[in-house]
Amino acid sequence: MSVPGAWYLVLAACLFGIGATGLFVRRNILVMYMCIELMLNAVNLTFVTFSRMLNDIGGEDTVFFVLVVAAAEVVVGLGIIVAIYRRRSGATADDISSLKG
Amino acid sequence: MTNLATTQLGIGSAWAVYAVGALFVVGGAFGVVLQRNPVHCALSLVVTIFGIALLFINQGANFLAAVQIIVYGGAIVILFLFVIMLLGVDRKEPRVQQKLRSLTPVAIVVSLVALVELLVLSRVHYWANGATSTTESLSGPGSDVQKLGQTIFTGYLLPFEMTSALLVIAVVAAVVLVRRSTQVQGTSPRKAAPAARPGPRLPEGTPGKPAGLEQAPQPQSTGAKAAEPAAESEQPTGAAR
Repeated sequence: MSVPGAWYLVLAACLFGIGATGLFVRRNILVMYMCIELMLNAVNLTFVTFSRMLNDIGGEDTVFFVLVVAAAEVVVGLGIIVAIYRRRSGATADDISSLKG
Repeated sequence: MTNLATTQLGIGSAWAVYAVGALFVVGGAFGVVLQRNPVHCALSLVVTIFGIALLFINQGANFLAAVQIIVYGGAIVILFLFVIMLLGVDRKEPRVQQKLRSLTPVAIVVSLVALVELLVLSRVHYWANGATSTTESLSGPGSDVQKLGQTIFTGYLLPFEMTSALLVIAVVAAVVLVRRSTQVQGTSPRKAAPAARPGPRLPEGTPGKPAGLEQAPQPQSTGAKAAEPAAESEQPTGAAR
């Protein structure tokens, strides 16, 4: 048999943790989006691993839809970032606090 | 035919591919988090995506590996790089400008707690104990592309159509967001200079300037724009840097 699924799941957990840390630590909005992509990739790896472990194609279907949604999310998010940068220059996540309660 | 790479390569090679893929994934992820130039972060993201694609191939998901490289590496990262170059933020960000710097250890602790929780759960040796093959079996005859297509166009047909609608909505949203509306942005210049063209405008604060100057130069930038309208079609000064 090939590599056990738990190895992939632990690796995906590590990748998710690294992405979450980056999302909390970094202040640049673009890099925060990249960290969200890291977390999405970790979840994709988990889905493919479970798909193999459970012998079910449904996990790979879900990864397909996650890819589509990630592409749409990145397009809309980068559009928002461009619109923000057009109004104020050099905006970090700390500067965009207009909606703060 | 499902575990194509593993059956052809054998057990040791599967472990080798896993090790290389894990190295790419973790190294690229640390690069994204730790590097201070956003361009380097995007290139590290490519490394991570390639590692994930390797792990997909190692698990027999060949089509998803190809889609991963095409969509993520070919579209999303390139989109990131386009936006980085468009905004002119391709330089090192200073480390001392964080206002919420005291929250950084808290963030690291929270993430480490989540990671430790996941790893403790990994000691439970039944990761997957759900019902197997509720959709369609992965190990049947045929390639993974064939089975993926069959399930998507039969059982998952409605979500598939909804993703098409989602993509259309995303395209329209991107156009609406990035489009320069003359009614929203041109309220104060319309009173000041009615002859100002509603064409593409220069960004109102170039990224090199300090943030305190971003309110003041708006009227004078519109005045300068009305004076020299030919400069509008040139490149913005921030993007050329």
